[in-house]
Amino acid sequence: MDLLMPVVNFGAIMPELILSVVAMVLLLVNVFLKTEQKAYLGYLSLLGIGYSLYVVMTAWGTPQTGFSGSVLQDNFALFFKGIFLVGAALTVLIADQYVRREECNYGELYPLILFATVGMMLMASGTDLMTIFLGLEVLSVSLYVLAGFNRKNLKSNEAGLKYFLLGAFSTGFLLYGMALTFGATGTTRIAEIAKVAAASSAVVQNPLFLVGMLLMAVGFSFKIAAAPFHMWTPDVYEGAPTPITAFMSAGPKAAGFAAFIRVLMVALPTLKADWTDLLWILAVLTMTIGNLIALNQDNIKRMLAYSSIAHAGYALVGFTAGNSIGTAGILFYMLTYTFMNIGAFAIIILVGKKGEPNNNVSDYAGFGFKHPVLALVMTIFLFSLAGIPPMAGFMGKFYLFSGAVKAGYVWLAIIGVLNSAASVYYYLRVMVFMYMKDPTEQFDWVKMTVPVFITLIICVVGVLGAGIWPAYLLGLAQNAMPF
Amino acid sequence: MIAIHHYLILSAILFAIGTVGVLVRKNAIVIFMCIELMLNAVNLTFIALSNHLGKLDGQIFVFFVMTVAAAEAAVGLALMIAFFNNKESIEVEDFNLMKQ
Repeated sequence: MDLLMPVVNFGAIMPELILSVVAMVLLLVNVFLKTEQKAYLGYLSLLGIGYSLYVVMTAWGTPQTGFSGSVLQDNFALFFKGIFLVGAALTVLIADQYVRREECNYGELYPLILFATVGMMLMASGTDLMTIFLGLEVLSVSLYVLAGFNRKNLKSNEAGLKYFLLGAFSTGFLLYGMALTFGATGTTRIAEIAKVAAASSAVVQNPLFLVGMLLMAVGFSFKIAAAPFHMWTPDVYEGAPTPITAFMSAGPKAAGFAAFIRVLMVALPTLKADWTDLLWILAVLTMTIGNLIALNQDNIKRMLAYSSIAHAGYALVGFTAGNSIGTAGILFYMLTYTFMNIGAFAIIILVGKKGEPNNNVSDYAGFGFKHPVLALVMTIFLFSLAGIPPMAGFMGKFYLFSGAVKAGYVWLAIIGVLNSAASVYYYLRVMVFMYMKDPTEQFDWVKMTVPVFITLIICVVGVLGAGIWPAYLLGLAQNAMPF
Repeated sequence: MIAIHHYLILSAILFAIGTVGVLVRKNAIVIFMCIELMLNAVNLTFIALSNHLGKLDGQIFVFFVMTVAAAEAAVGLALMIAFFNNKESIEVEDFNLMKQ
């Protein structure tokens, strides 16, 4: 009997390997550090993230496969890996000030963020349903812990538990979909699924195949928080520690899109007519429900949670279009959304007090007079979220909607633009409180630490840079789309 | 003679029981047990299909599912303990701090 050595190519998972090793070293180092020294773990993880980002950038343009073809590190995966690493770095930068204030300065925070990032990267480069499932679970299990990280705070406990129960529930659907797809095609490799389906129409007409696709779509919709599978989002986003909320709204959502796009476009092009209709409905529901409920939220974290649901809906518009500009628009949008959303959450951390009794929009009354520069920065992020030029959010929406128009989905684009107009109301409401109301409380608790300052600068540069000179990033994103 | 569709129907029934259980039960631990039932229904599907098709991929997938389910159980039970420490209950009616 011949024993075949599997083709292992560690180069294809180099960014993941670096982060995994750094995370394990951090777990060891953590044991020897006192509570007030935990910030060193943050600096170490930034080094790891930086090195991993360097590897990602040098690997650009040279696709590699590994592990007998179950991992493919192409430009698509690399672009998403860049998004995840930027999101993780910004989260680490804003986390320290928050965990000190809330007295939950446990060192496990940083390794968990890194492990979650490893899971996201595996999702982006997985070309086997198994790899995608494993990446998703590495990400989810880390996020359950992170959401319940402030273990003495009941809200955080509740967020973690809710996220765990609903996340595990959705994993069941995703797995059942994968099992049925395996049953219909006899393989778990997504490229081979496409080959088998293209070869015989019996496979395509097999009800197992269609139900499998539907169940997988349900599972991924849970992860990207698309309506009607969005119910966990507001509670988890409100209860989780603020830096973790920022992290969850940026990276994991992009990771869900990466796996969703790859599975539908590579494995199931034979069902394109079916899943395009499905995505059309999901996009309209997600945008409309997210924006309508966000209109009357008082808690700013909850408002941004509903706004993040709406933003997933805008990205789904580009996905429905399925053409080069629409899908490249998703990549562009996910990257710029990382900058604007984490920036806005950084301001929320600065304004918050211990226990966060003041997370309501009305607590921002008079903020614009007490802290004009910070209020201006917040205004930039809110304008970008609302999609007002020259911010990056406008260019992102422009690409997504123009993709939809080019693909012939004019009504979808019109619904998207109307939604975008409605969303301006609740972003402007924060600004009205900041600039036009008298302060009810003193804002003397805003203490800026150097890492948060750096985060704000990076985010402002990212939002304005990608908004004024979008061509470079869009070019990269279009290079990254192999489908 | 037990054919492939018997296994598939049995696992579909188990999956449905698990899903209904998650939706109607009120205790977080029982809900979690229902989720485990769903995952095991998936495992049964994978093994039956793997045997039927003569391909090992499905059985390997089951190993991963079991490992992941164990890791999830560890994290989930820890979260329940943390919640119980603060609230003395794990009934889902008590998950009510954040409502609109």
